[in-house]
Amino acid sequence: MGLLSKKDTKLITDPLADNNPITIQVLGICSALAITAELEASIVMSISVLFVMGVGNVVISLMRNIIPSKIRIIAQLIVVATLVIIVDLVLKAFAYELSKTLSVFVGLIITNCIIMGRFEAFALGNGPWRSFLDGIGNALGYAVILIIVGFFRELLGSGTLLGIPVLGDPIEKTGLYSIGYENNGFMLLSPMALIVVGIIIWVQRSRNKALIED
Amino acid sequence: MEKRTDKNSYTIIFAIGMVLVVGSLLAFLASSLKPRISENQRLEKQQNILYAMGINDNDETSAVFISTDKAPEAFTENVADQIVITVDANGKVVKRQTRDEYFEETNQEPYLIDVKKQQASAKDGGERKLPLFVGKNADGKTVYVAPIYGKGLWDAIWGYVAMDENMVVQGAYFDHKGETPGLGANIKQRYFMDDFYGEHLLTENGAFKGITVAKGNADPKNNDKKDNEVDAIAGATITGDGVSAMIKNDLKLYKPYFDNLKTK
Repeated sequence: MGLLSKKDTKLITDPLADNNPITIQVLGICSALAITAELEASIVMSISVLFVMGVGNVVISLMRNIIPSKIRIIAQLIVVATLVIIVDLVLKAFAYELSKTLSVFVGLIITNCIIMGRFEAFALGNGPWRSFLDGIGNALGYAVILIIVGFFRELLGSGTLLGIPVLGDPIEKTGLYSIGYENNGFMLLSPMALIVVGIIIWVQRSRNKALIED
Repeated sequence: MEKRTDKNSYTIIFAIGMVLVVGSLLAFLASSLKPRISENQRLEKQQNILYAMGINDNDETSAVFISTDKAPEAFTENVADQIVITVDANGKVVKRQTRDEYFEETNQEPYLIDVKKQQASAKDGGERKLPLFVGKNADGKTVYVAPIYGKGLWDAIWGYVAMDENMVVQGAYFDHKGETPGLGANIKQRYFMDDFYGEHLLTENGAFKGITVAKGNADPKNNDKKDNEVDAIAGATITGDGVSAMIKNDLKLYKPYFDNLKTK
């Protein structure tokens, strides 16, 4: 890779698997439970977090030498909140339809602990370019889990993917439903997201024993 | 050695500076974008009302508004009058105005009446203005569209319900501020909104009952239009209850108007 050194590449690839923010760092669990009932919501949330993480990490990294350590958490919070509000206002003025879709995610992004977690753990101690890569990497790692969970919850819970029925019609009893298959309504509730995340953690750790803590 | 940024004086100056910078940036942005935002919101109200009247660009599965550049024209064309009914705190009709009479008095279009403010005014024992939009729907039938407003699980929910003169629903549009995506947020999906079509708000005897978003009503296809029930969304109990409540609380105030229509 010409553009990225080996160390920089690791910043992007590590969070995708062995240092995943959700399954290993246990950050961002709350939003992974809340909005993964549908695949589409998972994807929209992933893109929003990707943007805020990338830009936010750079801003914090640029400010890292002037932020007083006593109030650094508040300063980080203000940066995320400002970024999210600016995006929301601009979308409301210039892309109203899109802003209606995204507005429900605004609150979820501000309170997303992945963002605060990466500001605190990485951006405060590293330069802007590396912080940007770390932000993108972690957001992608978050996205992977969100999309896997969203895929299974929507498929098993509603029998659809991205709102399109893939297993037949549950009311007319066509497709799979004609042989007695039923949607599992429980998949739509948050506890099942936790169980799906748990299964991912199980699979991941049984494939890579180094991840198991004593 | 103590770092420069660890000093109390620095911390305070930094905090003040950051608040000033961020505060003025946001204030500047908000006030300079405000005209565009409120214009967008005005057009959206027209689109909502037209949507409930069946005038929209829906494709097979998703809800699509009529485009913003066509909305103002379609609104003037299809909405024949915007009636404003003023009721006192007990729901008794004080006066009834046409759009022109109301505009002359307040210099405001009735469709811009803030339902939330009107509810608050009625709660404090004051008067409440009830806007009602009369026009022909996509099939050429005369419908009456009323705005409703209530609360869901996290935040506000609202909508517009189109009815015929017997208070049978001819179309509905619901929206929300912050319901959970994939669960409560699905009140604005076609499969939920379309269920209200043809549903009766009154009982067989003509008393007002509303429409309940019901779990386990054994009628998921919604064949029975006179049961005052539609099928609920799984995992969205509180949002669904909010929809039932706002239909019941807000639309019952319009009942006297419809009674009056029939005796005329």
